[in-house]
Amino acid sequence: MSQTHRLHDGGRIDRSQQIDFYFNGKLMSGYRGDTLASALLANGVMLVGRSFKYHRPRGIVTAGTEEPNALVQLERGASTISNMLATRVPLYDGLDASSVNCWPSPTYDVMAVNSLFHRILPAGFYYKTFMWPVSGWKVYEHFIRRAAGLGKSPEVPDVDTYDKMNAHADVVVVGAGPSGLAAARAAAATGARVMLVDEQTELGGQLLNERFEIDGKPAMDWVADVESELMANPDVTILKHTTAFGYYDHNFLGLIQNRSENVAFGQDDRTRQRVWRVRAKRVILATGAIERPLIYSDNDRPGCMLAGALRAYVNRYGVSPGKRHVIFTNNDDAYRSALDLKAAGCVVAAVVDVRKDPSGELVTQAIEAGIEVIDNSAITGVLGTKRVRGIEVMKLNDEADGVTGTSRTISCDTVGSSGGWNPVVHLHSHSAGKNTWRDEDGVFVPGDTLQAEACCGAANGSFSLAQALNEGDFAGIDAASHLGMTAKKRPAVPTANSDVDETPWRTIWYIPTTKPAGQRGKHYLDQQNDVTVADVQLAAREGYRSVEHAKRYTTLGMATDQGKTGNIPGHAILSAALGQTIPQTGTTTFRPPYSPVTMGALAGRAVGEFFDPIRRTPMHDWHEQAGCLWEDVGQWRRPWYYPADGESMQDAVSRECLAVRNAVGMLDATTLGKIDIQGPDAAEFLNRVYTNAWLKLAPGRCRYGLMLGEDGMVMDDGVTSCLGENHYLMTTTSGGAPRVMAWLEEWLQTEWPDLKVYLTSVTEQFATLQLAGPNARDLLSEFTTDIDLDNDAFPFMSWQDGTVGGIPARVYRISFTGELSYEINVPASCGLSLWTDVMNAGEKYGITPFGTETMHVLRAEKGFIIVGQETDGTITPIDLGMDWIVSSKKPDFIGKRSLSREDTARPDRKHLVGLRTADPEEVLPEGGQIVAETRPQPPMDMIGHVTSSYWSAALGHSIALALVKNGRGRKGDTVYVPTGDKTVACEIVEPVFYDPEGSRLNG
Amino acid sequence: MFLINCPFCGEREEKEFSYGHEAHIARPENPENLSDAEWADYLFMRKNTKGVHLERWVHTAGCRRWFNMARNTHTNEVLAVYLMGEQPPKEIRDMIDGKKKS
Repeated sequence: MSQTHRLHDGGRIDRSQQIDFYFNGKLMSGYRGDTLASALLANGVMLVGRSFKYHRPRGIVTAGTEEPNALVQLERGASTISNMLATRVPLYDGLDASSVNCWPSPTYDVMAVNSLFHRILPAGFYYKTFMWPVSGWKVYEHFIRRAAGLGKSPEVPDVDTYDKMNAHADVVVVGAGPSGLAAARAAAATGARVMLVDEQTELGGQLLNERFEIDGKPAMDWVADVESELMANPDVTILKHTTAFGYYDHNFLGLIQNRSENVAFGQDDRTRQRVWRVRAKRVILATGAIERPLIYSDNDRPGCMLAGALRAYVNRYGVSPGKRHVIFTNNDDAYRSALDLKAAGCVVAAVVDVRKDPSGELVTQAIEAGIEVIDNSAITGVLGTKRVRGIEVMKLNDEADGVTGTSRTISCDTVGSSGGWNPVVHLHSHSAGKNTWRDEDGVFVPGDTLQAEACCGAANGSFSLAQALNEGDFAGIDAASHLGMTAKKRPAVPTANSDVDETPWRTIWYIPTTKPAGQRGKHYLDQQNDVTVADVQLAAREGYRSVEHAKRYTTLGMATDQGKTGNIPGHAILSAALGQTIPQTGTTTFRPPYSPVTMGALAGRAVGEFFDPIRRTPMHDWHEQAGCLWEDVGQWRRPWYYPADGESMQDAVSRECLAVRNAVGMLDATTLGKIDIQGPDAAEFLNRVYTNAWLKLAPGRCRYGLMLGEDGMVMDDGVTSCLGENHYLMTTTSGGAPRVMAWLEEWLQTEWPDLKVYLTSVTEQFATLQLAGPNARDLLSEFTTDIDLDNDAFPFMSWQDGTVGGIPARVYRISFTGELSYEINVPASCGLSLWTDVMNAGEKYGITPFGTETMHVLRAEKGFIIVGQETDGTITPIDLGMDWIVSSKKPDFIGKRSLSREDTARPDRKHLVGLRTADPEEVLPEGGQIVAETRPQPPMDMIGHVTSSYWSAALGHSIALALVKNGRGRKGDTVYVPTGDKTVACEIVEPVFYDPEGSRLNG
Repeated sequence: MFLINCPFCGEREEKEFSYGHEAHIARPENPENLSDAEWADYLFMRKNTKGVHLERWVHTAGCRRWFNMARNTHTNEVLAVYLMGEQPPKEIRDMIDGKKKS
């Protein structure tokens, strides 16, 4: 394809550098400096996609970030990125883009059949149609999402990398148009650290699209001078191709910088994008303005664009959007487009103006240039489907709510409409800045702000160039002076003389036809989400009075462009339908991001192994070599089980369980949280945070404790040992250690600062080897001479100091498995060596390494709870049947009072019970819902759920723990667990299945 | 994203801190003497202030110390930070009492 629409000269493109690219598989060429959109237009491609709901053919509308239609899928495979704006993608060699939301191509689209049914697809259609029956949504959603999707997510991991940067600045200027440049220059002259941010690849903002002069020279020469002046200042940072996407509390900005511009993705050694987190002392918003369309019938036909975009393509890219252009306007600014088109040798068929006798200087110039101006008129129809072929024009009536006379047809392929310009108040609004309505030209302008911030130029509603330069200059000086900085030599205020007398605009939000809205063509407000004037009017009729509700009902402004072009006209239409003013209706809330930000950039480097740190014990490598499978516990990685060759999980776990019950097993228990507690009030502190009594625990002894929240619910548990006078070691659950540490610190610092207690996390100082099983004592005795292992000298729930394998060790005789068990703590650096030695020496005792799964089975056989498995934040110790550990003598402890609250003291709360299945081979699913009576179909009344369920190799039948309403009152009852394909009957039993007397762990 | 002036470390980013809850809710001395309603008031009921709010923060990724902060929940302006056990500065108390505009 050739560049049929490229002008012979002009534009900021480099014609010496031809760039080849693909669009929908077709090879095309453009020039360095093009965007994908300008290159497509140069190749005569206007039709770029299909609309979201009706699959109507859609073309390029704008030349910037406000673009509603020209979304493309960029690249393929691992580098693919969806919903990229063709108007924002700089052209690079080999670029490969395709249309979204159409199949097989935008020209022939199968789903376009939807547009034939538009009468049954009105606003709220999905809500009204697919919400019954409720369960049906699961089925419908799949089809709706496929039919009404935009781009496609990548199916393979992203090959690119992203990063983040933190920065501070005295003054951040957002927007490098005339006002922003003037502001940055004035602020920089005071010595302030200035950061200038702009989303485009070149500085200049709107000046890039215009033929203005500043300081008596072409405006872009002035831009180049300012740029080199700023570049020479070491205190100035210029970030191009960088969007300020969010403006948050306390002058904090989020920026996203594109770093691999003009380079095919994945072929660059730099990160693809970078998120900047910037804290600014002062912020200047010079974010410019966005043109809004006139809302006329069938204004979505490819070739219907914004007037300002037409001159952007002509002036900046040297491209004529069409062969015959019509300008449709309610203001004078659009005449600039007509004049620029004409000056570039393009055909301007007419300017259709809704005003009577417009007479401004630009109008006069247009007439003098031989352009036909049709006043007091409206476009009432657009001919053509896949490209505009012509327009119908009729005279407006006096109220401008209808048309009169006969229709005239004008042949054209491109229409540029202008309904005025909206200041970009998005960032100002993100940080809770207010906006006020200015009736004279129908815009919201920035009002009060909570931040150290100022708006200037078009963003402030000051649309003339001279005003923008003045305001920018002042904003720069003012920002610096707030920081106590002034310029020794103040640069001259830039001057412009492009300002001309203008005819006032005419308020007209809806361009009438001969029929009511929706009956003769469609008036589109939101092209990306296919929202029309008729949809908004319907929402108003159906009672949606709040603009926020109308937005969600119609989806107006909810697409990826967030309604940058259509929202204000949409809110105006809603106001008219509700019979109120636009400020009464207000706007929807502006929220970050200003334009879409990739997930990759937000994630930055925190992907893959850096997503979350992995904590490994000193014995990690041994476990890995032994071929264990891993379980993630908090950030810890723990051995789950160690399958032998060809062994199933159940076989491996049963083997490990039997080894512990009959011989000896070893578990890496390093991950248990350990908190060293010291100080004269340590015992008193423990007494307050645990439910049981701690004041009389003697050195050398250990005690199990249960920790509650102030609401009386179980929060954590563990064994705490008295190491000496005023010195304790608390153990916590593996996952709960940081939370418990923070919890204890909070109480000490905020509630009980009088207690002299000092906490230190020592989890990682020790490696912990747990030996469990009847042979544990014999095996351990081979490693120690200075620890008396005799049952009387070293009973259950005590600890001893000594050496194990020549290593200084602290040995605790505690048990989570129900067997004779020792937990050997040695310095972390010695863990692997001792583990290896014990494994070797243990061979003759039948030693078997076991993992967390076996530990879980063994403790469940004993009815020992796991916090977070048997509890879920709604379970008290009484619910668990653990009243034995709740002191009734202590006057107070955290959570005590809550245990006697009306609700927590109810007798029919859920209780921890055991379950025995009628079929001993049947293992219940954990999480299974328990019912007292079965019915053929759900719903059934749930009385509880299964919390733990295993096959017990030692007992030869399945076991389960469950929380059941009034469970202790149902002992011996049969209950049922429906599992989907069958219902399992079980008996409610005591939650201790193995060695209820505890003779094994005491032996 | 607030900028919070930790009384021990100075100004740091909000992400280094954790919000606790409303400040100055003392744990009752003798919980057993309270009615269920009084205990529930201590346990669950919190102010939902638009304006000056006294709250408790901890510098989790810093010194790990708790402190009090007065913040305008409408503007998110941090009006004061002060130590545990201290009462808010007089000007903050005046704001709460409506004697002074925040």
